[in-house]
Amino acid sequence: MRYVDEFRQQSLAKRLSAAIAAEVEPRRRYNLMEFCGGHTHAIFRYGVQDLMPDNVSFVHGPGCPVCVLPIGRIESAIELVKTQHVTLCTYADLLRVPAGGGRSLLKVKAAGADVRMIYSTLDALRIARENPNRQVVFFAIGFETTTPPTAVAIRQAQAEGLDNFSVFCNHVLTPAAIQNILESPEVRELAGVSIDGFFGPSHVSSVIGSRPFEFFAEEYQKPVVIAGFEPLDVMQSALMLVRQINSGRHEVENEYTRVVTREGNVKAQNLVAEVMELRRSFEWRGLGVVPYSALRIKQSYADFDAERRFELPVSSAAEVKGCECPSILRGARRPTDCRLFGTVCTPENPMGSCMVSSEGACAAYWSYGRFRDPEESPDAVA
Amino acid sequence: MSKRFPLRLNIRQGAVDMTHGSGGRAMAQLIEELFVKHLDNDLLRQANDQAMFEVPAGRMVISTDGHVISPLFFPGGDIGSLAIHGTLNDVAMSGARPLYLSAGFILEEGFPLIDLERVVVSMSAAAESAGVAVVTGDTKVVERGKGDGIFITTTGIGLVPAGVNISGDRARPGDAILVSGTIGDHGVAIMSSRENLVFETSIESDSAALHTLVADLVAAVPEIHCLRDPTRGGLATTLNELARQSAVGMRLREEDIPVKPQVNAACELLGLDPLYVANEGKLVCICERRHAAQLLRVMRAHPLGSSAALIGEVVEDRHGFVQMETRFGGSRIVDWLAGEQLPRIC
Repeated sequence: MRYVDEFRQQSLAKRLSAAIAAEVEPRRRYNLMEFCGGHTHAIFRYGVQDLMPDNVSFVHGPGCPVCVLPIGRIESAIELVKTQHVTLCTYADLLRVPAGGGRSLLKVKAAGADVRMIYSTLDALRIARENPNRQVVFFAIGFETTTPPTAVAIRQAQAEGLDNFSVFCNHVLTPAAIQNILESPEVRELAGVSIDGFFGPSHVSSVIGSRPFEFFAEEYQKPVVIAGFEPLDVMQSALMLVRQINSGRHEVENEYTRVVTREGNVKAQNLVAEVMELRRSFEWRGLGVVPYSALRIKQSYADFDAERRFELPVSSAAEVKGCECPSILRGARRPTDCRLFGTVCTPENPMGSCMVSSEGACAAYWSYGRFRDPEESPDAVA
Repeated sequence: MSKRFPLRLNIRQGAVDMTHGSGGRAMAQLIEELFVKHLDNDLLRQANDQAMFEVPAGRMVISTDGHVISPLFFPGGDIGSLAIHGTLNDVAMSGARPLYLSAGFILEEGFPLIDLERVVVSMSAAAESAGVAVVTGDTKVVERGKGDGIFITTTGIGLVPAGVNISGDRARPGDAILVSGTIGDHGVAIMSSRENLVFETSIESDSAALHTLVADLVAAVPEIHCLRDPTRGGLATTLNELARQSAVGMRLREEDIPVKPQVNAACELLGLDPLYVANEGKLVCICERRHAAQLLRVMRAHPLGSSAALIGEVVEDRHGFVQMETRFGGSRIVDWLAGEQLPRIC
C-alpha cells in the first residue's frame, strides 16, 4: 500500500454516502465539528460535503495551529529578527500571517531579515551548525503532532553543545482547546450552533492516543470519533458519529485504527515530558486565555529557550475590526457570516488568521467551496 | 579561434569578473570564446549590436521571458535550456513558428566560467534541436551579491500562419480543454534538487520546446481557440487566467488530469497540489468540442504529447470559476494560487 490514494476511492465514497443517507433521521440536524484543520482541508479539497445528506453539516473548529497563534507572538518573533538579528526558522504557513501595521514574517524577510522556511526541525539544527556565529531560533508552533520533533531538536542541540540554537516555543494542546469550546457560552446556550459530535484529531491522536478524549465524551456527553485525514476516513467517521447520535451514545470511537491506539506514542509523550512542561495559561487567537493549554521549555533546558535567552518582548496586538475569526474558530459563526470575508479579506490579502493557512476555515471555504453560494462572494470574478 | 587574445580564456578555473562586463577586451574575449563559439550562426557572427534579417509577409509575434531559476542545474535541464524553451513556447502559444531568439545575460561577479560554459552549451543544444538560432545578445556583469550567479532573458519572434487566430479570450462555453501530458514534473524536479529539501526522486523536468507540437496542432485544426503553457502557478493558474480573459467558467474532471505517480507522491509528502506545480514542456489547448478527438490524436502522435488528455470543458459562468469534479466524487473550486504555494503544517 502506498498510502497516497487508497483512501480516496470514489466507489467506496459512494457506498459510504449511501450508508450515511440511509442512517440519518430526516428531521434531525447533525452538526459535526472537525477540530483539525487537516480535516477541514480534506473536506473542501475532495468535496466531501457533496456526498453528505443536507442535514449533516461540518462545523470547522480551531485546529489550525497557524490560525490560533495570537498576533502578539508573531509580533514578538518579528521584533526578535529585527532587533537581535537572529536567523529565524519556521514552518511555511506562518510566514504569511499578518501582524500589526501590515507586517508579516514574509515582509520582514523581503526587507532583508534572515527568515528561513523549513520542513523539519533537523533543518533548523543544520542551519545552526553551519552558521556557528549566528543565533538561530526555531519558531515552534503546532499541536501535539509537531511537539515531539521540537523536543528532539532541543535534546539534540544539548547533546551537540549547539549553543547558538534556541526555540521560541508556542506549542499548544488539543484537549484544553476542545474543553474551552465545549464550555464556551455560545456553544452551550445558543441553539443555533449546538455541536452534536466531534471528529477527533488524527495526527495529534497518534501521539497522545484516544484516551484523553474519553473525558470529553463522558463529561460533555458528546460522541467523539478519532478520524484519519483522508476523505474516506472523514466519511466513515461521519457515519460512526451519526450512529452514535441516533442511539444516544457518547463514546470515543477510533476510526483511524491504522495509526492511533488508546495509549498513543508513549515514547514521544515521554520525550516531550522530559523537555517541556505545562504553561499556566496561554493566549489563543479566537479562544482567549486558556488555562494549561500550552507548553514551555523546562528549566533544565532553559539554555535553549529563546524566551529566556532574548528576554522576548511580550506584545499583544488587537484583532482587525470586524474580523470574526474568534467566533469562526469556535464554530459559532461561519466564514460567510463575516463582513470581511471575500471583500477585504481574501487569501491574497488576509486580515484574519483563518484566511491565512489553507487549513483555516475561511481560506478553505474561499478557495474550494465558495461556488456553493456564489451570491455571497462579490469579489468572485476578480 | 581568433588569435586576437594572447591567452585563451581559462574556462576551467576562471570566474566572471567586472571586466567581463566593461566593454573592453575581456568582454570581447568572453563573447568570442564562449558565447559566439557555442551559439555560432551567420547572424551572430556579423558581430553587430543588432541582427539584420529579411521579414516574411504576415503577422509576427514577439515574446520575452526572464529566467532566474534556482538551482541553475536540475534533473532534466538547466537555466540555459529553460531560457530557450521558455521563450520558444511563449512564441509558439500563438500558433506561431519561432524564427529568431535573442539572449541577455546578467552575470554575477565570481560566477565560474565553467558553469557559464555549461549553461551556454546547453542553450546552444536546445536552440539547435529546436532549429531556432540565438542571433543577438548582451552581457552585463553585476557585483558579487547583486545577482544569483546568472540571470538570462531571452526574446523570441515568430511568424503566425495565415488563418490561425489563437488568443486567451477565445474560450467559449462548450469548448473542450486538453492538456498535452502529465503535470507538475518540472516543479517537483526543481524542488527535489533544492538543498533544503532532501528527497530523492526519479522525476525529471519536462522542459522542452513545444513549437513542433504546436505546428502539428495548427496544421490539423487552424481554428484552435486558445493555447497556453502552464508554467508558474501550474495548470490551475493557467486555466484561471484563460477563464478570466474569456469571461467563462470551466469544469474539470480530476481523474482525467494526467499526473505521474511519483509527482503525486512527492506532492503528497510536501503538502503541495500538483495542479499548482510548474510545467515547462506542457500546453493547454482549448478548442471546439468537435475538434477535440482529432487534436488529441495529433498530440498523442507527437513525442511531447504521448500522455495528452481531455480534462474538461468550458462552461458559462459569470463568476469565472474553475470547478473540478474530484476523483472522490465531490466538487471544488480550483482557485487562483494565493501568494506562493507553501507547504501545510499538519
